[in-house]
Amino acid sequence: MSENVKAPAPAKSSASKSIGWVLTQAAPYVFGFLFLAIWEAAVRINNLPQYLLPSPTNIVGTLFHDFGSLFPSLVVTVTITVEAFVVAAVGGLLLAMLFTSSRWIERSLFPYAVIMQVTPIVAIAPLIIIWAKDTQLALLICAWLVAFFPVVSNAAVGLNSADRNLVDLFRLYGANRWQSLTLLRLPGAMPFYLAGLRISGSLALIGAVVAEFVAGTGGARSGLAYRILETGYRLEIPRMFAALVLISATGIAIFFLLSMLSRFMLRHWHESAQR
Amino acid sequence: MSSSSLASSPASSSASDPAARPLIAIQSVAKTYPNGTEAIRSFSLDIPSSPQFLSLLGPSGCGKSTLLRMIAGLEVCSAGQIDWPTASYDGHARPMPEIGFVFQEATLMPWATVFDNVYLPLRLKGKRRGEVRDEVMDLLAQVNLQKFAKSYPRELSGGMKMRVSIARALITRPKVLLMDEPFAALDEITRLRLNNDLLQLWETQKLTVIFVTHSVYESAFLSDRIVVMASHPGRLMADLSISAPYPRTEEYRISQVYNDFCRQVSGWLHKAMLAGGGEEL
Repeated sequence: MSENVKAPAPAKSSASKSIGWVLTQAAPYVFGFLFLAIWEAAVRINNLPQYLLPSPTNIVGTLFHDFGSLFPSLVVTVTITVEAFVVAAVGGLLLAMLFTSSRWIERSLFPYAVIMQVTPIVAIAPLIIIWAKDTQLALLICAWLVAFFPVVSNAAVGLNSADRNLVDLFRLYGANRWQSLTLLRLPGAMPFYLAGLRISGSLALIGAVVAEFVAGTGGARSGLAYRILETGYRLEIPRMFAALVLISATGIAIFFLLSMLSRFMLRHWHESAQR
Repeated sequence: MSSSSLASSPASSSASDPAARPLIAIQSVAKTYPNGTEAIRSFSLDIPSSPQFLSLLGPSGCGKSTLLRMIAGLEVCSAGQIDWPTASYDGHARPMPEIGFVFQEATLMPWATVFDNVYLPLRLKGKRRGEVRDEVMDLLAQVNLQKFAKSYPRELSGGMKMRVSIARALITRPKVLLMDEPFAALDEITRLRLNNDLLQLWETQKLTVIFVTHSVYESAFLSDRIVVMASHPGRLMADLSISAPYPRTEEYRISQVYNDFCRQVSGWLHKAMLAGGGEEL
């Protein structure tokens, strides 16, 4: 009897739950669509000239039309970003290991890592551009400088936060430093390190774009930042927006890929990868 | 001060026999922390080489965990020394004999499977996974976890995690198993079951267990010897022999004999608490 009464209740609540789920999932898309629609309408109704504010459809059209010329710039920017990110990811982890292996090294070097981080990249980029042999290398160094710190600091925290009892256990069984590092400290540091990578990936892109703004190099090997400068001079605002869309899309892709990597690596054990 | 021995313990009888050297001889060990806190004052105890289930019982702050860590070589002695048959050390050098250690929490590596957690001590000794696979699986079967070899710790209950932890401590076939309040964080029913499992393992593996606890009932059920410690500073209060025969079953748990032992141990624990200034009361 009571089962008959109870049975529909969970079904109903799960149905309303799934509707709620769909609404939460759809919310950002609905908002985005509304925003673009209002933008489009505002441009059309007020007859705004495209050098002030191009409409979304205009931007998308430009993106398709100019893709042939924008794509090589995208490749240049993405290449610098990825290279800087990889160097930061590998170098940052190695430096963090060096920090945790010796308090002296950490005490001597860490303040300089902080100084490098807090100095605005725009302020040191001109110097780097003067010192580096070619512009590509200068851009790489700038992007790396920005991306480097989150990896080092996160990885260092992670390597130092091994469970004290597990550290004792490793000591009890006479584990050497290499075993402690590879079997205990590194796996335990992964959640921190991967969180650092996510921040650093976006920062590498920002570093690459900002550095190119400062360098202002044109020619065959110019990236998206130079495209934005160039279109600004020529008042080709739809093209500027198109370049901007590509930069944002790259940033989103980087964040998405690194989040996937993090989830995959931690899928068996870490709370952040459970849902 | 009041190191009164109630019953003639197996330790003292074996110590009087020159042929039988104790497995572990704790000699006037003391521990004072850098901030001046005196955790343990001049503590001596012989642990015989025949398998024994020894409980260290006392109020919190009596230094029983510190003592256990000193035996394991994880803590440096401020004075005195701990002698093993193969090596003498004062906590600065690592003890050479095989020991297993079980912490208050299961202390598993969350990123490794149950198998890999139990395999860890052998891995650290350079053994290959393939050559010890059967050994690890056998031990997992003994703690009833063979079906969970590929599971991750987060998929297990608290009691199961603790059984993994015990299996890991036993995988090196240690002569001595040190346990630091291993079941304190578990619920009553799980604790009773693990007590039974632990006794079974102890009887089949023929090893010496040194078991830190603050439970009178747990110590009187498990041990054949209970060392009661007083606090501020930590010192030996009584060395009691629990002479009930093994195997101890649920029958023992509800018997008058067990009841009497519990009362006797409780009395000593109460004295220990009074001697420690009663700060915990």
